Formats: sequence, C-alpha cells, structure tokens
Amino acid sequence: MKTYNLEEKSIVTIEDEIEISSDNLQVFYGDSHAIFDATLKFPKNQITSLIGASGSGKSTYLRSLNRMNDKIARVEGKIMYQGTDINSIKVNVYEVRKQIGMVFQMPNPFAKSIRENILFGLKSNGIKDKEVLDERLETSLKEAALWDEVKDELDKSALSLSGGQAQRLCIARSIAMHPNILLLDEPASALDPISTSKIEDTLTELKKKYTIIIVTHNMSQATRISNYTAFFHLGHVVEYDKTSKIFMNPTMPATADYIAGAFG
Amino acid sequence: MNPKRTNNIATGVIYGLVGIVVLILLFLIGYILFNGVPHISWQLLSSPAQAFSAGGGIRDQLFNSLYLLVLTLIISFPIALGSGIYLAEYAADNWFTHLIRTTIEVLSSLPSVVVGLFGYLFLVIQLNLSFSILSGAIALTFFNLPLLTRSIEESLNSVSDLQKQAGMSLGLSDWRTITRIILPVALPGILTGVILSAGRVFGEAAALIYTAGQSAPSVDYGNWNIFDPASFLNPMRPAETLAVHIWKVNTESVTPDAHLISSASSAVLIIVILVFNLGARFIGNWLYKKMTATR
Repeated sequence: MKTYNLEEKSIVTIEDEIEISSDNLQVFYGDSHAIFDATLKFPKNQITSLIGASGSGKSTYLRSLNRMNDKIARVEGKIMYQGTDINSIKVNVYEVRKQIGMVFQMPNPFAKSIRENILFGLKSNGIKDKEVLDERLETSLKEAALWDEVKDELDKSALSLSGGQAQRLCIARSIAMHPNILLLDEPASALDPISTSKIEDTLTELKKKYTIIIVTHNMSQATRISNYTAFFHLGHVVEYDKTSKIFMNPTMPATADYIAGAFG
Repeated sequence: MNPKRTNNIATGVIYGLVGIVVLILLFLIGYILFNGVPHISWQLLSSPAQAFSAGGGIRDQLFNSLYLLVLTLIISFPIALGSGIYLAEYAADNWFTHLIRTTIEVLSSLPSVVVGLFGYLFLVIQLNLSFSILSGAIALTFFNLPLLTRSIEESLNSVSDLQKQAGMSLGLSDWRTITRIILPVALPGILTGVILSAGRVFGEAAALIYTAGQSAPSVDYGNWNIFDPASFLNPMRPAETLAVHIWKVNTESVTPDAHLISSASSAVLIIVILVFNLGARFIGNWLYKKMTATR
C-alpha cells in the first residue's frame, strides 16, 4: 500500500439541514489512536455511507455516534445533536441510544418471539397501551418490509427467521423506538444478494423519515443507496462529498486508489 | 500410516474410553439399584428409624435431605446468581477479579471434612446455631457457592455479546438487558449448574455429620409453625440426612437389618437425585420456552 499524506483532506460543505455532526472526534483503544480529528456533518433525511478498508476506523466512528463505545474505548471531541454535545458524560446515554438506533453486522434478534422483539424495547420504556403497541408493531414491521412475511406468525421465535428476515426484524426493532437517526454497521455483509437488495430498498424508503448512516464494504451498495459518502483511511477521514462525486471524480489520491481497488 | 487407518484407530480408542466410563457407571448404579430396590417398601419410606430393632424406616432422613437441599439452594442460589452476574457482566479484568476467581477455585477444592469441621467450630459452637439444618445448610453453601457461581458465570458468558449490544442499542439499561435478555438465554446452563450442585448436596455426608448432626428427632409433619421445635419445618432442629444415615448404619448401627436399610437407602438416594434432575430439566425447559418463545 502506498503511503498518503493523511493531513490533507477534502471535506464538502453541506448546505442541507444537519441532523448530527462530529467535531474533532478522537477515539483511543488504550494507547492506540484509532480515529483522528473526524469532523463530519450528516444531512437530515439522507443516507450517508462510510467506506474504507478493514481497520480504517469506520465502524469505530459509527459506534461512537450513539455511545456504543462507552467502556470499550475513550472518545474525545464533540458530537452535536439537536444543539447538545451528546458525547458529554452529563448526557443520558440511554436517551441518546433511543433516539439514535443501531443495526449490527450480524443479525441479533432477541431469543424471544417476533412480537416481543419489537415490543420489548417499547415496554421497557413504559409504553403499556395495547393499541399503541399493536400499531407500532405493525408499522415498524411494514416499514422494514417484513410484515407480509411474518404477520401470521408473530408469536413464533425470532430465531426461526432467515438471516435476511432477521436483519429486517432488527431494523424494525430499531425503528419501533421512533429514533431520529439509524446507524447501520455493514447490515448486509452477512446476507445473500436477494436479502441485500430488500434491505437496500427498505433503507431507501426509510430515509424519508430517518437520517441514515451506513458503514459498508460494498462500494456498489454505497453508490446505489447513499447521497453522501465519507472515505476513511487509517483512522482519518480523507474525503467526504456527494456520493456521485466520490465515485466519479474523487479529489484525493487515496480515495481514487481505494475505489479503483488498489487496496482494501 | 494412512489417514484413514489413523482415524479408525483414534475412533476405536475413543469408543473404548467412553465404553469404560459407561461400564463403570452402569456397574455402580446397577449394583446399588439391584441390591437396594427389592428392599424399598412403603413401610421403609413412611416409618421412622429404629436404633436397636429391625424394621426401621428412613422417613425423617429422606425429608431432612430434601429440606436441607431446599434451604441450601435458598441461601446459595441468590448469592451465586449475584456473583455470577457480577463476574460475567460487570467485572473488569484486573487483579481483584483474578483474586476472586482464584478464591472460588480454592473454595471448590476444599475437602468436605474441613468444611464440616469449620462449620462445627464456627456455626455450631461460635454462632451457637447448634446441630441444626440451618448450620448444615450454611456449611453446604460454602460447598455450593463455587460450583454454582462458576456455572452461572459460564452460562452467562456463553450468551453472545450481540444480544447485549442489541439491548444497549435500544437504550435499555445494563441491568434490564442482563435480567430480561441474557438471563433467559442462559437459563438451561444455569439449571445444569443447579442440578449438579444439588446432587452434591444430596450425597454429602462428611460436612453434615459435624453441622446438621446425626440424630433425627421425631417431628410432627402436621405442624406448620416454623418456630415450633416439634415442627418438621423448624430449621433449628438437628437433622440426620439420608447420606449421613447410610454412613451411620454402616459404621455404628446395631440394628440387625442395617445392611438392608443401607442398601435400600442408597437406592432411594439415587432415585431421588434422578427424579430431581429430570424434574429440574422439565421445569427448566418449560420456563425457557415460555421466556424465549422457542417452540
């Protein structure tokens, strides 16, 4: 791999309304510095892809946004969301995670029924009204494009679902909480092409209501679904721009080489 | 040697070793059941023990064993559950938790006579609990804790981290994630730990001789007042268990049918452990299905 000047970067200015942004975010695992000065703004109701080679820090960065790195890594810098720095210790981390949902690489439904998978988080937050619960169950499963496949077997174990169905259930479980932002960490990398395309359709539909940030290894996936793309390299955000710009005419040499398949 | 031949030999050796284990087990259990079962009668199970004459039963000893098991589990299970959850979910990896784990291992390898004598000096004499079911239950808790704690910790650790992450990502507290998502999944493993430790409690004699005592005063099975000395539920009365009884009739009994009683008692002991295992598995499976909706 060539060495690139990581101090040089090309970050686009976003004109649209910003949902969440990070300001000089640093992440450390013990002594090792994993993310350097990540300053990114994510536009509301759009899909932003984070791309980069394995170990480039894109997942680490994503997990910092809803404080999933608490107790695992040290995160410094600001994460601004609705006028508050949610990286501050004073912030209620449970409330942050309710508003910023997350879907992981491996589908991880709870060992409960399909119904309970969706409702458990809601019930834990004190929603008892059966009508509200039923309504959330149906709309979130519909939004995740799973309703038609499971509506007759809501009390079956979620562990009996296929990988693609389980991942859509996890998306439904997240959106049932009515978050504002959905973070997805390579949600389709363990799935077959048909399931992947269903997830992509779902996400394109979901961006009308949610701001979506997705980590992906799959560059054609990034081109298909995202409006903006950030390229990470060795813990640095090298380039951030409209997806079309990044893939058609990248500014930085590292981005161009990564997209051309020179490394990664 | 070609791979196929190597494989055949290895398989043969493994089957042979398993065969030895199975044979020993079958021989022991078969011997005990074969010698004991013919002597089990309703009369044996329903009458009190006799000191000098033949025809004594094991009613009180059998009940004492069961009661002691229940009391021991009531004391040890919550403590073990708490420490298991701490070790699996909260504990950092540092010298302190290493110390805890080492202590647990040392505790689990203590000879039961040592635990018994410690129980005698500390519980029976020092704390003035006298020879009682309670002293016995506390002494057995020392036994039980390491095994239970380790098995609970391991069952919790075997639950995928992904489940915990899922709970966290919904904004649930650690406590709720652990109790409502991780614990149900870990339940079968925890149950195995309880069953194993229960078998140990049931079969334990040495530690109980010095703590629960060797006498089984006759009690009133209709008296539900737990504080009444005559009540069968009173934890402050001395209580000879089945295992202690087997030891006693074999060593110092003068009843003419001592051999018969010890054979029958041993068989009863094994059967009760078996019933307890199956029952616990059954209840555990039912609970697991109910909590996880896996039908």
